[in-house]
Parts: sequence; C-alpha cells; structure tokens
Amino acid sequence: MKIRAFALAAALAGLGITAVTAADEPQAVRQQLMKKVGQAAGALGGIAKGEKPYDAEIVKASLTTIRETVKVFPSHFPAGSETGSETEASPKIWQNMDDFKAKAAKLGGDAEKILAELPADQAGVGAALGVLGKDCASCHESYRLKKE
Amino acid sequence: MGRRATRLLSGLVLLAVAGAGAFWWLTKPAPWDAAHWEGLGEPDIASGERVFWAGGCTSCHAASGAKDDARLVLAGGRPLKSPFGTFYPPNISPDETAGVGGWTLAEFGNAMTRGVGKDGEHLYPSFPYGSYARMSPKDITDLWGFMRTLPKSANVAPPHDLPFPFNIRLALGGWKLLYLTDAPRVDVNAADAKLARGQYLVEGPGHCGECHTPRNALGGFEADRWLAGAPNPEGEGRIPDITPGSKSIGGWSASDIASYLETGFTPEFDSVGGSMVEVQKNMAKLPASEREAIAAYLKALPPS
Repeated sequence: MKIRAFALAAALAGLGITAVTAADEPQAVRQQLMKKVGQAAGALGGIAKGEKPYDAEIVKASLTTIRETVKVFPSHFPAGSETGSETEASPKIWQNMDDFKAKAAKLGGDAEKILAELPADQAGVGAALGVLGKDCASCHESYRLKKE
Repeated sequence: MGRRATRLLSGLVLLAVAGAGAFWWLTKPAPWDAAHWEGLGEPDIASGERVFWAGGCTSCHAASGAKDDARLVLAGGRPLKSPFGTFYPPNISPDETAGVGGWTLAEFGNAMTRGVGKDGEHLYPSFPYGSYARMSPKDITDLWGFMRTLPKSANVAPPHDLPFPFNIRLALGGWKLLYLTDAPRVDVNAADAKLARGQYLVEGPGHCGECHTPRNALGGFEADRWLAGAPNPEGEGRIPDITPGSKSIGGWSASDIASYLETGFTPEFDSVGGSMVEVQKNMAKLPASEREAIAAYLKALPPS
C-alpha cells in the first residue's frame, strides 16, 4: 500500500515537473503569443510616436499578426493550465470562457476592420492603436493578474 | 462589601467613564469650522471636471460595468471588496433624495477631507478621504460645482456588508486618530513646482497610495513603504511597486510613465490591466502637464 502510494506520488511529481518545464505547454505557448501581439503593437507604436517612419508594409504586417494571433490565443487555456509557469492568467478566464473569447474576438475584429482601411499616415496609426489598446485593456482588466 | 472596596469600585467606574469620554472627545467626528468653506466664490466648472478625473470618482461611484457617458452617472452600488468586508459606494449623483443633491458645499467638503457624513457620522476610509484630506478648498468647490452638473440617478446602493468589529462606526474615530493626516507622505523638493504639483495629485486627489501602499492589520499605511506595492485588496495578484525601486516600472523614464497614463501602453507595448484600467482612463482625460507632474513625482520618490 505504502509503495503504491509512493509510486503514485512519484508519478504525479513527475507529471508536475513535465508541466513546469515543457516549452509547448499552454502557459508558455500563450505567453509567446502575447509577446508576438506586444511586438506588433510596438511596431505600430514606434510609427505612432514618430520614432519610426510610416511604412505601409510594416503597418499591414503588424495588424495581420495581431489578427491571426488572437484567433488562436483563447484555445490555449485548457483545463489544468490555470496555474504554474508564472502564468498571469486570472481564474476568471475559466469561469467566463465565453466572455474571454468574445474579448479576443473583438480585438481580432477591430484589427480586421483597420486592415480593410489601412491607416495611411502617422496620425492614422496612432488612432488605430488607440482602438486596439482599448481592446487589450478591456481584456487585461478582468483576465490578467499581475503577480509582482 | 467594605467601605474601602466600594470607594475603589466607584473610583474605577469613574475612571472608565472618564476614559470613554476622553476616547469619544478625541475621536469624535471633526468637521472644519464653517468659515473654512465660506468665501470661496463661484465654482470653476472646467477646473472641477479636471479635479473629477484626477480624483477618479467615477471608478467607484458609477454603476458596475458603466461605459463612456454612463461613467458620469454616479449611481453607486458597485461592490468594493476588501479584507475588512464589502463596501458599496453610495449614490453621489445630484439627485435630491437618493444622491447628494440636498447637500451643502460644507457638508460635501467635510466628507471629502474629514471623512464626516451629512449627519455628522464617521465615514469609512474605503472612501479615500485619507488622501482627499490634502485637497485645497478651491478644488473641492470646483469639483462640487462640476458634480452638480452631472445626471441624477434614483438608485439606492445597498448598505456596506462588514463583519464585526468593522461594522462599528464609532471605532473609525480611533482609526482617524491613528492615521488621518494631511501631512506630506514623503519629502520632495517643494521648491520645484512640477514636483509639488505631482505630489499634490498623487497624494491628494489621485489617491494612488490607497492601493499601491501596503497596510497594517488596522488598515493604516506602512509609512516607510509609500507606493512600494501591496497585495490586491480585491483578491489575487499584487498592486505593483511604483517607486524607482520597482521591478516592473523602476526602469521607466518619466516620459514612459506619462505616456502609459495617457495611452495605457507600457514601454514594451504591454497594456494596462486590472483596476488600473479605470484609473488610466481617468488619467488620459487630464492635461499632459498633469501626467508629467505625476511622473516627475514618482521618479523623485525614495526607491523601495
């Protein structure tokens, strides 16, 4: 009995270690996806602030990255990935999965709309970023927890 | 009972009565003298609107989930969870019965800066009068003028839901005696007008310390940890350290901070989150010079 309990504990511990270290675990994947969105927003931000020259190709590529990334983003929150790996995901995500998905879809939809009428200058990019930033914040307001 | 024992007993009773009397005297609600709120002239409504956004009134007093123009309806009732229980901010719209439409400037000012309600009762410091105590009578007048232009709401908020002993209002006098002060929280170079303005905004109307400074078991600030980050009073996670010693924003420049308050984007283009989303929306409505003053003050703080 004791040995079985020990073996079970060891097996569970082993699972735990795998979950913490694997690079393809959901926590790590979704963190990477958010980084991609942040980088794309950063490219738009550089133009909006006038630190980088307006470049239609970069604007288009960044908006496309945002649209495509948030399409897959909410599917990386399976049961069992609520904690670990320094996740900043709030437990509220799993309680309100439909709303969480709707908020991701809102960002994707807004990126789509902006792509359809590509901002033509620095001011246009700034305005677009204002719209997208509100979408980011409205989701992070409810569903991201800062840990430090 | 012997005579000496009777004397001793009555002596003790007298002492207890005197002690209770002294406690009551020391901790009774203390509004300003009436003259404090007189002769302030007509309110400047545009200035009052700036004070309104700096003060973040709508973040607690608008209805849950209110967006855009609905944020100007200060209907109350949105629950504010805390380790002491759940507070329900009241209706402070200009409605004469459900709101504060029937209040005088002095009543409003005493609530804002002394935590004294219309009936002379102690208010709970979940309403951040511990910060608002630093606000000038002129700003209070202008804010009052602006708030009276806002839409009325007939909503009646539920009473606070607080367990014993936090449901005893009289005890709040003790809290005030220990912690209510209008003194500066830290020393900054007051000769620098920008820093002084930032100090006023952060320590006064902005009431940043209410979430960003850790508290002791009685709900008083840990004075030497000013703005050094604290557990999230509403649940999981943390409210970050915003001093120059912060792991999250210590490396930001003053213009990074000002830009974050304006756009909601960090220098790495991460976005604002949690309860700071509401705050950032309010800060975005201030003139750029106000955000720059806040940033300058934060950079001048002693690092955590």
